[in-house]
Amino acid sequence: MHEMSLCEGVVGLIEDEARQHGFHRVKSVTLEIGVLGHVAPEAMAFCFEAVSNGTIADGAKLIIDQIPGSGWCLDCGKTVPLTERFGACPDCGQHHVQMTAGDELKVRELEVE
Amino acid sequence: MCKDCGCGSGGTGYRINGKTPAELHGGHDHDHDHDHPHDHDHPHDHVHEHDHAHGETSHRHVHAHGHSHDHDHEHHHHDHDHHHHHDHDHHHDAPPLGAVHQPDVAADRVIRVERDILAKNNDLARQNRSRLAATGTLALNVMSSPGSGKTTLLCRAIADLGSRFPIAVVEGDQQTDNDARRIREAGARAVQVNTGKGCHLEADMVGQAVAALELQPGGLLFIENVGNLVCPAGFDLGEAHKVVVLSVTEGEDKPLKYPDMFAVADLLLLNKSDLLPHLKFDVGKCLAAALKVNPHLQTLVVSAETGEGMAAFYAWIEARAAMARATAAAEG
Repeated sequence: MHEMSLCEGVVGLIEDEARQHGFHRVKSVTLEIGVLGHVAPEAMAFCFEAVSNGTIADGAKLIIDQIPGSGWCLDCGKTVPLTERFGACPDCGQHHVQMTAGDELKVRELEVE
Repeated sequence: MCKDCGCGSGGTGYRINGKTPAELHGGHDHDHDHDHPHDHDHPHDHVHEHDHAHGETSHRHVHAHGHSHDHDHEHHHHDHDHHHHHDHDHHHDAPPLGAVHQPDVAADRVIRVERDILAKNNDLARQNRSRLAATGTLALNVMSSPGSGKTTLLCRAIADLGSRFPIAVVEGDQQTDNDARRIREAGARAVQVNTGKGCHLEADMVGQAVAALELQPGGLLFIENVGNLVCPAGFDLGEAHKVVVLSVTEGEDKPLKYPDMFAVADLLLLNKSDLLPHLKFDVGKCLAAALKVNPHLQTLVVSAETGEGMAAFYAWIEARAAMARATAAAEG
């Protein structure tokens, strides 16, 4: 359950932003999570509720924007969709694809008041 | 993490040699509001919105009430798929010019954050890395599933390399100091980090542990991560290299099943090779799987039990330790 500490990271970032921007309540938090990364969105949602309890992010809605995977196929010389981290190119079937998107793990924005 | 000293007494409540970070720091107060569960038992006389996240779904209920209550909701699991694909067109920033600012009126706004969730850990890892580099210490983050023989492998390495380097070990386990005791018996200094509920080591834990170790210059630091092939892969500790240990009693397709770990590792030690005659385990197939997820991975087949192949691991270490010492000397 490393999602628990990732959520502590999210709450820490929100507290930083609150000090900087001076807001008192967070209505929603939008995360970008790549589908090829090591993070389960369900676990994030579960842990966020637990970790944010009693913090400035208490009650905030967690919105998870899942970023699809894609990569650069060295053989085809183009960007192709990836469904597994080290998956094959859907066109040529070779595994010479370098991931270019899909392992995102960041806080994109906060809706605050 | 503690904002005063950076000691990381966060929600997972880890311990170093049985002590909390607060105790290690002479017991200054760590008041973390996220550290302890509490009931919401406060009077409301306003409209109150709750948002509960359930998996990928969330629902909202709005209720106005003028009484005390405990938030104690039963959450039913919803099975519908609910992906949040949304294009926002938000107004950012301040209200339009000319708007009268009324501090009592809540103004909704959207703040672009665009920050990596792991930013804090990565900062602390960078600090660890420069501290280790300054002393010419070669730090290796050793990871595997539980039972692959990490501690046995380290004990053997300590016995064989102890005369050539000062060796210290940071031992990560959820509970007990059994492994730190084994390491000390093998002849190295060790600090036990108990992660409690945590499934991996984080940079702040390693920073604390390294401070407790008082490293000798030009030494070797093994960081034995919590036995887990998933979570430790995502957390930089400030090590020079990540070493993944896989034993031949595990499946040869493990690198494909747990690609994140093998993707981030620099060296794979395929351990317990002494058991190969008794098993149907295709070493070539296993290494091919590992190279598929990480073409740059270096691989060695070893037995911590008999010592077979360990000389190659030591040569790998010595080359890198020499580099770490030389770099520290050049910059010192």
